[in-house]
Amino acid sequence: MLARNPLPPALSPRRSTGNRLPKLAALALLPLLAGCDWVVLKPAGDVAQQQGDLVVISTLLMLVIILPVMAMTMFFAWKYRAANREARYEPEWNHSTQLELAIWGAPLLIIICLGAITWVATHLLDPYRPLARIAPGQPVAADTRPLEVQVVALDWKWLFIYPEQGIATVNELVAPIDRPIRFRISSSSVMNSFYVPALAGQIYAMPGMETKLHAVFNNPGHYRGLSANYSGAGFSGMRFDAHGMSADEFDQWVGKVRSGGRLDRAAYLELERPSENVAVTHFGEVERNLFDAVVNMCVEPGKMCMHDMMAIDAKGGLGLAGTYNVAALSYDKFAGRGTEGSRPARMMVTAMCDTRPMGADEFELPRTIDLAPLLGAGLAGRQTAAFAGLSPIATQS
Amino acid sequence: MSAPATTEVSPIFGRLSLDHLPLHEPIVVATFIVVLIGGGALLALITRYKLWGMLWNDWFTSVDHKKIGIMYMVLGLVMFLRGFADAIMMRLQQVMAFNGSEGYLNAHHYDQIFTAHGVIMIFFVAMPFITGLMNYIVPLQIGARDVSFPFLNNFSFWMTTAGAVLVMVSLFVGEFAQTGWLAYPPLSGIAYSPNSGVDYYIWALQIAGVGTTLSGINLIVTIIKMRAPGMSLMRMPVFTWTSLCANVLIVASFPVLTAVLALLSLDRYVGTNFFTNDFGGSPMMYVNLIWIWGHPEVYILILPLFGVFSEITSTFSGKRLFGYTSMVYATVCITILSYVVWLHHFFTMGSGASVNSFFGITTMVISIPTGAKLFNWLFTMYRGRIRFDLPMMWTIAFMLTFVVGGMTGVLLAVPPADFVLHNSLFLIAHFHNVIIGGVVFGVFAAINYWWPKAFGYKLNEFWGKISFWCWVVGFWLAFMPLYVLGLMGVTRRMRVFDDPSLQIWFLIAGLGALVIAAGIGAMLVQFAVSIWKRDELREVSGDPWEGRTLEWATSSPPPDYNFAFTPIIHGHDAWHEMKQAGVKRPLSGFRAIHMPKNTGTGVVLAALSIVCGFALVWYIWWLAALSFLGIVGYAIWHTFNYDRDFHIPAETVAATEEARTRQLAGQPAVQGA
Repeated sequence: MLARNPLPPALSPRRSTGNRLPKLAALALLPLLAGCDWVVLKPAGDVAQQQGDLVVISTLLMLVIILPVMAMTMFFAWKYRAANREARYEPEWNHSTQLELAIWGAPLLIIICLGAITWVATHLLDPYRPLARIAPGQPVAADTRPLEVQVVALDWKWLFIYPEQGIATVNELVAPIDRPIRFRISSSSVMNSFYVPALAGQIYAMPGMETKLHAVFNNPGHYRGLSANYSGAGFSGMRFDAHGMSADEFDQWVGKVRSGGRLDRAAYLELERPSENVAVTHFGEVERNLFDAVVNMCVEPGKMCMHDMMAIDAKGGLGLAGTYNVAALSYDKFAGRGTEGSRPARMMVTAMCDTRPMGADEFELPRTIDLAPLLGAGLAGRQTAAFAGLSPIATQS
Repeated sequence: MSAPATTEVSPIFGRLSLDHLPLHEPIVVATFIVVLIGGGALLALITRYKLWGMLWNDWFTSVDHKKIGIMYMVLGLVMFLRGFADAIMMRLQQVMAFNGSEGYLNAHHYDQIFTAHGVIMIFFVAMPFITGLMNYIVPLQIGARDVSFPFLNNFSFWMTTAGAVLVMVSLFVGEFAQTGWLAYPPLSGIAYSPNSGVDYYIWALQIAGVGTTLSGINLIVTIIKMRAPGMSLMRMPVFTWTSLCANVLIVASFPVLTAVLALLSLDRYVGTNFFTNDFGGSPMMYVNLIWIWGHPEVYILILPLFGVFSEITSTFSGKRLFGYTSMVYATVCITILSYVVWLHHFFTMGSGASVNSFFGITTMVISIPTGAKLFNWLFTMYRGRIRFDLPMMWTIAFMLTFVVGGMTGVLLAVPPADFVLHNSLFLIAHFHNVIIGGVVFGVFAAINYWWPKAFGYKLNEFWGKISFWCWVVGFWLAFMPLYVLGLMGVTRRMRVFDDPSLQIWFLIAGLGALVIAAGIGAMLVQFAVSIWKRDELREVSGDPWEGRTLEWATSSPPPDYNFAFTPIIHGHDAWHEMKQAGVKRPLSGFRAIHMPKNTGTGVVLAALSIVCGFALVWYIWWLAALSFLGIVGYAIWHTFNYDRDFHIPAETVAATEEARTRQLAGQPAVQGA
């Protein structure tokens, strides 16, 4: 829908071919429908495609009951109109066990089918589940390492960190086609939702939390990404370009980004201040563990990370001593949103020690894939496992 | 109107200052002037015709459930016009904001508008409408003289109104929330929304919530305790059943809303960390809690209207309702199931696949009893003799519209499908499809159906039909483009767009909104013409539609005491059976009737609540403390008011009934009534 469709559909040539029946206004709308980009139903990524197919399948399944109901409504309304004295009139008829069975049973059957589809599809398309295939009939090779992209929703732009390449971008997501992408997603201030319609369904980006998404581009092209959850004044401008390209082009692009500046903690704190409609920015170098610091809300120097705080609390906390260990540091963006004067600065727990070695989980590979499709992940090559997976007791024994 | 960066809190005016008047927003200033002129004219007319005494004595202080019901409907209608104005402004902005244009609304204004639209339409339009209907109809349907707690009823109404007033005040003093209608933290926290908007939101909903919860308790007790002798639960009219279930939902879910908003206000006012990002706060807890209220809320709205459609289908098909028992069980199923589906509002927040599947499937299961209801209406029409008066037209439109909305709802319950459609305009189209197609069409059906009961004359058919067709056509025109846009990956609450190919769809949707506006206009004309020509439309039988339930047994409008003698119920469709059995109206033996007395306490308490809410919004602590003490003090003082009931003398009852006998005698068509 972005650059691929520069002409409004009203001006596109398809309209003139379909507009032979000007008297029928409804038909005039059809070319409009054909001309537009149904990205949800015809996306460029395998995950989004499966989700789009599910939309169609579910709709068709429900139409099995919806269409007859609508037809019956019209038919009964017409047939039993008061003016039609031919029609049978039974004012006291109000019960029929067979009919009751049918009217409870028919929706029940549809819901059983749809429920089964839902259970299976929800597990297969769980965004947290590493991809098992990159396209129908193309399982992910065992030695494939997904491209990791760390996504941070800022006020009001998107930061993408590529730990493997050691680069970062603002408002530009680039990935090689046919290589699984593993997104780790968080936010710096408020909730957003990370959504590239052509690639895969959305997942929320939430401060202090990390969500995951696995997806793959199957076709090269320029796509549109956005925040799908309202996040304040600059929300409409939280758009980014998403590009799928060949592995070679991707490497060239990485080379180009490397010429950008350095994203260290200070640069990040500057970057996260609110700004709107931000142009694409490149960073050729990224401070290690920046994403983990964002998730743990300790990018500011001297502020204790949440995982440390939780580790201390899990051991029973520091008791009274802990309450002294605070400072008037504001993690929250009072300053950033220009409102610092409205409230006294809040107290923060300051750092004591960071117990984890740097980079402990920076390049963590996904753990061994559980091949049971209804419980975990994976389809590749083990068709029989599909049914073994239905019975967790059997697999455990 | 961005507030100054540093806000002084003065001891007298709190943080309120002249800077907070939106004088630099021409649209708001113009609105304010129009409101000032219109409101001034209204007040002048009331004074000119010396109506204040009548309004105060007969309406504002009334504890009569019928008058309170009508006042709720008026409140709903007034707020509906405000909420619809917001809708039109949004549509216009989205039509304009293409090709580099920013549209005509800045982010600060636009974000308030979509928040206010949602809040107003749910809390101050839909809720007053359904509460008003239940208030008016339920006591009549069960053969009662009033609700169980008449003063509480008046108080509930004024508290709801107080909430609405606070929302309206926010338009001219300060700002409204810019958070979306559910005000998710952290965005609604003090760090990201430091100004008065979210506080207006919190206190408006808290004050109105008191009214809603109390009204729910009142109606439950009324239905449980005050049914006429012989009316067992399984003989109650379906509307009363659905009202009972809706009120059970209100009582079970609104306290959750109250609690979650209280926690949010603690975060905002005293610096707790329930929903903040750090110090162990969890914004997702807010999201869970608010939807545990929020999902039952949509069933609170739709259930009473399901009852309305049941009554109308049965009446206008001239036939007993098909499958009454299964209808009741379906309603109860929906009531219970509505509590186990809330997570479907945030599948995309990273719950595991099994949790998502569970909530997806429970959501789909609700469509089974809902589907059963639809079939029951269909088979009520089957072998009936259907009269297509306006209430029945709205019902048919509902059946055809609602199934589409239901279908897209089940579609959104499939988690992977929700991942691509969540927060999109597809979702917007879906819930407007069920809320307009279900709730709004249902309210209009109910207004056309029961207006003759409330006022003694029918509504004008011609303007009613114009309104009907405008609404139906306008609805499809306004919301089908949104389905399309959702499938094109367009999300909600966007202020500007970069893709010019989308504009045509927003244009169509905008035209649809204009057609709906014509429908609203036609409805107002319908009311005006009907009031103007009320003598031509007069309906004296009290039973204009060959009704089947007890409310049609009494006169239109019903006397203050509803029924001179409490009716005795022998089966379903009590009034229909009485007509079949040729029961005669009793003409003698009237006795004095014990009635509750009017009181202005509800008005006073609600007014103090507005002051208290306003003071809390602006940190005017002395005023907040004073008005809160006033509320508590006045409430205690009221408990010592022992002058709270009276008897309508037997002679007055006899005279009223005699007048009705004469009225009926002038109408040969309704002998035996």
